[in-house]
Amino acid sequence: MHQELREHIIKLLNTGIRLDGRKLTEYRKPIEVEQGVVKTAEGSARVKIGETDVMVGVKLEELGPPGIQAIELARVVDRGIRESKALDFRKLCITPKEKIWMVIIDICPINDAGNLFDASSLAALAALKNAAYPKFDGEKVDYKEKTSKKLDLEKTPIAVTVIKIGDKFIVDPDIEEEKAVDARLTVSSIEDGTLCAMQKGGDYPLTTEDIDKMLDIGIEKAKELRKHL
Amino acid sequence: MPYTKRIDGRKFDETRKIEAKVGIIPRADGSAMFKIGNTWAYAAVYGPRNLHPKFLQDPQRGILRCNYNMMPFSSSGERVRPGGSRRSKEISLVTGKALLPVLDLEEYPNSVVDVFIELPQTEAGSRCAGICAASMALADAGLEMKDLVSAVSAGKVDDKLVIDLDYAEESYKDGSVADIPIAIMPNSGKITLLQMDGEIKKDELMRLIDMAKKALNDIYEIQKKALKEKYHEVEM
Repeated sequence: MHQELREHIIKLLNTGIRLDGRKLTEYRKPIEVEQGVVKTAEGSARVKIGETDVMVGVKLEELGPPGIQAIELARVVDRGIRESKALDFRKLCITPKEKIWMVIIDICPINDAGNLFDASSLAALAALKNAAYPKFDGEKVDYKEKTSKKLDLEKTPIAVTVIKIGDKFIVDPDIEEEKAVDARLTVSSIEDGTLCAMQKGGDYPLTTEDIDKMLDIGIEKAKELRKHL
Repeated sequence: MPYTKRIDGRKFDETRKIEAKVGIIPRADGSAMFKIGNTWAYAAVYGPRNLHPKFLQDPQRGILRCNYNMMPFSSSGERVRPGGSRRSKEISLVTGKALLPVLDLEEYPNSVVDVFIELPQTEAGSRCAGICAASMALADAGLEMKDLVSAVSAGKVDDKLVIDLDYAEESYKDGSVADIPIAIMPNSGKITLLQMDGEIKKDELMRLIDMAKKALNDIYEIQKKALKEKYHEVEM
């Protein structure tokens, strides 16, 4: 479908340049992380990577024994954050076997100019870091009053999506590059380089060597992105 | 206790602080932001573009589709469940009716103009903020328009007529409250949205509409200014 575009992109990549003049493993600039943008949320953040613009809000709800809906919702929460154990779920317990806090992260893209994966993951983490518990008197949650108690984040899992086009690997694809993707690997890693989640996408397979290289890029670039938090 | 002074200290005919900006979503054909107090609306316009499925097409004129959506974290209380509610569907409908009179859709047969209104943060007056943002976004999209649309809520708190009710006034407990969102086409003064809940006498309503028109002229100036900030006049 985008054969001509794809060929053009590959020709350029072979010279080490991308459509917009970036290097292969260079993120768009500026990367902006703004926390606490939405007063009605317990935590919020807005992340811009180039023209890509994502808003994330965290709501905290008090919940009785988890029902099927809560279980389902919990599974939808970003795997990177969950699997890295960035949030200690034991600390979300209000009274054992009775009441817990449910943390819900909602991601609302404002402008999709490519690489929503990484922008959303960064925004989700920034919003979590920004989140404070609302007041709870044992019966009702008072959302009008935030306490000074923050959600503890013990780790900062960062997702980096590495894209394969032809035999080249790039990060932070724009819209045109996303149309030409052969394969994609989203790699979430924490401070010490431990991987905590992955997702392969795209229509084409990857070799072991590909994955080796993509993981290296993913872990390296995560360190760079983490500085923006 | 009679309502002698507004809870947040505003004059009775004074709106909350307003901010407006045009062209904030580069991927949309037209976009705008309208913030009034703690209520914050984005609007994105896509189109005119081909309408699918085809049986929805009108060979005489294009159609306008509006979608009003509160982001899940936008309410000061519990999280808003995503997906449309009866409330958001109705607001989407009346928003479309409020905007339609300024458009000339006969220019675009078989097409659709989509308007998406998203609210990251709300505290009363969200449909009016959405309409203000949407009309600027339609202009930004380059659609031919007869006028802009400006909207604000007017109302009565206890025995006082007020403009732009905030949450505390909407939920005023010590007296009756009427909440009346109004949208007008500022140049003709014609009204394109009028809703109300609460209690009010007819002569009070008529006075209130006059009060709202004055506030709406100020809002219109803010909308025009935001548009002109994006589209500078070129000296030849």
